[in-house]
Amino acid sequence: MSSLSNILVVLLLAGSIWFARVVSRDRYWCENASQLWRRRPIALIALALFVGIGLMDSIGWVGGTPGDDDVAALRSRTLIDRLFQPERFTEASYSAPLASVSFYGGQPLKHPGKHLLGTDILGRDVVYRTAKGVRVALLIGGFTSLIVIPIALLFGVSAGYFGKRIDDAVFFLMTVLASVPSLLLLIALVMVMGRGTLQVCVALGITGWVHFCRIARGETLKLREAEFVDAARALGVSDLTIIRRHVLPNIAHLIIITFALSFTGLVLAETILSYLGIGLEGSWGQMIDQARNELSRTPIIWWNLTGASLGLFALVLAVNMIADALRDIIDPRTRREGQ
Amino acid sequence: MAAYLIRRTIYGLFTVLGVLLLLFVLFFAVTDPGDIARKAVGERARPEVYALWKKNHGYDRPLLLNRAHAATDPRRYSDTLLFDHYRRMLTFDFGNSDADDSAITRRLKEGMGPSLSLTVPLFAFGLVFGVLLALFVAFFRETYIDRAVLVLCMLTMSIASLLYIISGQYLIGMLLKWFPISGFAFDPSLAARFLALPVLVGVVSGIGADVRLYRTIFIEESNRDYVRTARAKGCGEVRVMLAHVLRNALIPILSNIVITIPFLFTGALLLESFFGIPGLGSLTVEAIHGNDFSTLRTMVYLGALLFIAGQILTDVSYALADPRVRLT
Repeated sequence: MSSLSNILVVLLLAGSIWFARVVSRDRYWCENASQLWRRRPIALIALALFVGIGLMDSIGWVGGTPGDDDVAALRSRTLIDRLFQPERFTEASYSAPLASVSFYGGQPLKHPGKHLLGTDILGRDVVYRTAKGVRVALLIGGFTSLIVIPIALLFGVSAGYFGKRIDDAVFFLMTVLASVPSLLLLIALVMVMGRGTLQVCVALGITGWVHFCRIARGETLKLREAEFVDAARALGVSDLTIIRRHVLPNIAHLIIITFALSFTGLVLAETILSYLGIGLEGSWGQMIDQARNELSRTPIIWWNLTGASLGLFALVLAVNMIADALRDIIDPRTRREGQ
Repeated sequence: MAAYLIRRTIYGLFTVLGVLLLLFVLFFAVTDPGDIARKAVGERARPEVYALWKKNHGYDRPLLLNRAHAATDPRRYSDTLLFDHYRRMLTFDFGNSDADDSAITRRLKEGMGPSLSLTVPLFAFGLVFGVLLALFVAFFRETYIDRAVLVLCMLTMSIASLLYIISGQYLIGMLLKWFPISGFAFDPSLAARFLALPVLVGVVSGIGADVRLYRTIFIEESNRDYVRTARAKGCGEVRVMLAHVLRNALIPILSNIVITIPFLFTGALLLESFFGIPGLGSLTVEAIHGNDFSTLRTMVYLGALLFIAGQILTDVSYALADPRVRLT
């Protein structure tokens, strides 16, 4: 499992380098990127930090385990695990942020003053758990989109480009899937397929692809009538080449905006799934769900909820701001006056 | 218009058939009915109990076609899960819950009242506050007030709804003690006290996205030619906003909200479950926790039906709001 995750990280990095090279050759995208950087530097840095933590939590290997636990020694541990050393860095139970004694009972802690956000009921460091949640959140948003976008493009572009029977079939499929309220469909899918990372991502993908598909189809319908497509057809260019050279580059900007906008929706939807008991293991939603009764204790235990909520809020806000700026930059129709 | 509505309804009917097929694939083909039975009676139940439960809930029949009795009685050819699923859903005969054998139709009727008493005020207050705030922001467009409200909207949009509920219950219910933390009463004067907090939380959590959308619509409208004409003939800025822009912005706003009206019946999942309101949202959450597949199936089906109805309703409301729109 860990080797798979390592390979995926390498593939992801290679893919983004390739993507960056393709983008850097195109002046239009270079200008957009630099404009985005000028407008939202803090959000971009925050997102880069999150992605960095997520990547660090994906690279792991076996060995070098502290302590004498044989079972733990066989498990692969990620860079984040090695940084925090959770095997040593836990307490017996709750402890307040930066406290030197345990929350109930007042026994001295093993690591007094080192838990920046305290520890949870099992004594795990809250900062560590929040950092572990980054990868899960990115997985929900990113992995799902990796499933969704190719399928939606395939269906949407072929429906829009070829029309007729294909369009009717795809449109009917879209109508049926869109008729089911997405949260209910999501719940039904997870209940039926079972609980797990892949299952939840696939369920989110099935409920989410309709939106992408509708946009791809609508835009392709418009492009099909465009003069440059007519010209290409008159010159005898094949359908596949027209789609690759003329249609796809012209809907790329819409796909990127839709991806950025739907990312936050996916991450937020997972918290609801977590409350319903069908979320992902170790996600922020699960942390919030576990912490929801801690507020009614006296004295109040607030740090668990704060850690997870801050992580979630920062990531969603950063992506929301980037998505908003991207839409302003790329889509001239929503550009505000005077800019 | 009548011809359009008939055509639209027929297409809607086909969509319903498609949704039912999707539900069949999910709940009968992908899920093994044996698994549902095993979860309901328990892993260690005797085989007779297991078989009896399956028989009572109709899960013991074949999936697509019943070949066993085809030779003796051709009518029993369709005595299968597929045909039964379609027959029962289309005639609104939802049967009994998989979890506690109560009649689903009765529970739906019981849950509708509490659900509506939460969602109708939620919808009304959300719409009024959203439109008013958006009008206010659009009036002060391109000023610091506009920027500040937009930033605030972005911040409120980035908070999970779960967090709104938890913190609302803690701050207003526990610390300030303005309203009870959770509960429900069927007596209207008591119910208002119980419903105030969930409605408040619901309105606050949804208002950010609404205000941003309505603001865009209003600003788009206020750049039109008729607005310049109104100003030229001496209309005040307030009158321009309220009499001209608001009236014309109604159509895009309608398309956004009419589709949500049917969902007032299915309730709010999280709010109801957290605030102990015995509506359809709570029913759904209970069904999820109790592996109650038949109730969940019914709720998904009803949700889809209401959505399709909402789409047709949206088209009709277009024609009513805008005399230029002709449905053909």
